[in-house]
Amino acid sequence: MEEILTVKNISKRYEDITVFQDLNLSVKKGEVVVIVGPSGCGKSTFLRCLNALEDIQDGEILLDGEVVNSGNKDLSKIREKIGMVFQSYDLFPHLTVLQNLMLAPTKVKKRDKKEVQKEALELLERVGLLSKKDNYPRQLSGGQKQRVAIVRALIMHPEILLLDEITAALDPEMVKEVLDVVLSLAKEGRTMLIVTHEMQFARAVSDRMIFIDGGKIVEEGAPKEFFENPKTERLKKFLQTFTYGD
Amino acid sequence: MDFEVISSYIPKYIEAFWLTIRIGWIGIALSIVIGIFTAFVLHFKVPVLSAVSKVYVELFRNTPLLVQLFFIYFALPKIGISVKADTCGAVGLGLLGGSYMSEVFRSGLDGVAASQTESALALGLSKRQLFFYVIFPQALSLSVPGVVANVIFLLKETSVFSAISLMDLMFTAKDLIGLYYNTTEALFLLVVFYIIMLLPVSVLGSIIEKKLVVFGH
Repeated sequence: MEEILTVKNISKRYEDITVFQDLNLSVKKGEVVVIVGPSGCGKSTFLRCLNALEDIQDGEILLDGEVVNSGNKDLSKIREKIGMVFQSYDLFPHLTVLQNLMLAPTKVKKRDKKEVQKEALELLERVGLLSKKDNYPRQLSGGQKQRVAIVRALIMHPEILLLDEITAALDPEMVKEVLDVVLSLAKEGRTMLIVTHEMQFARAVSDRMIFIDGGKIVEEGAPKEFFENPKTERLKKFLQTFTYGD
Repeated sequence: MDFEVISSYIPKYIEAFWLTIRIGWIGIALSIVIGIFTAFVLHFKVPVLSAVSKVYVELFRNTPLLVQLFFIYFALPKIGISVKADTCGAVGLGLLGGSYMSEVFRSGLDGVAASQTESALALGLSKRQLFFYVIFPQALSLSVPGVVANVIFLLKETSVFSAISLMDLMFTAKDLIGLYYNTTEALFLLVVFYIIMLLPVSVLGSIIEKKLVVFGH
């Protein structure tokens, strides 16, 4: 299958701190790749580099053959193709749910308002939030906000979705409603790159697991192997921190 | 208190009231334009312009309106620029107000979360779209309480217009007291007219602020 995202030897440094070094990754169309790793290992920074919210010091990122780079004049054209959902939702507080969804498609893609609205309503219905279309973000719960944020990314018809710890700020009972949406997206063949701490979810949703520690990819593989027979000591230890008892 | 005196004074106050409102609102409109412009320049650290804005803000924030008006009205003609009294009042108020409004709008711009910029950029918005559709509306709504407070402050500051012989409310009251010595009546009407001018602004301000709470601030 064709590769959508190719990351070649990228490094990220701040002054004298190296966040990660020589990372390589490729994601194929329809693939769901989940990245896990201890806090501060650089996985969120890595994700943010992929749409140039952070710049990289070495290496190259290609999306559909185009270079993603903060110096690229067509950066916003490339970003249209990369949907991103953040931990803190970051909906626009001054706009209603429907307006949040319609802003980018109508202003950036210059699509017809009626058509976008129709699509927005369909997507809201799908995530169970049609009744909230005229509410402002502050009137929604965390789980509802995050579902709106996912729809806001989807309605731009991105080639790939980046999900950055999208359930980390949610109350436990709201995690499932958000992850169910992501699972259904995976089922319909969306290409996704997900950073998460929800191991059960990671296992259920992923085609491929990646473990990053100390700014390097330590281990990667199919989810079954990854969780049941981790090869490296570091991954074994990491996975153990998510089990209780023994 | 003599109500006959009061009713005979009222037309004069009404005239002064409209003059105060007219000059006051022109000055306030000017101050908002100056405030938004300088806040923008300061927030985005536009070279040269931001240094000029900084000097302007500090200069006008730290000198009294009366001194500024004297300067515009009496000193400028000495170098060949003569300004009519009402223009002088509006411009003076606009310049003073601009320096206060600038701070309000700047803190509004600063108050918009950085993550808003990121999520907008991630959606493919250009920098211009980011500013006009995401940052600016939020900064404006964050600025409303400060703007309302400044509008009230500036309308009250119009009372120094009398010093450059504008027939505003204050001037009218002083004038009538000087002519007829009906101090109580003249001052009573002065208070009443200032309240008529300012109360609607306060009330409207709190209504707007309550509305803004609905969308997130």
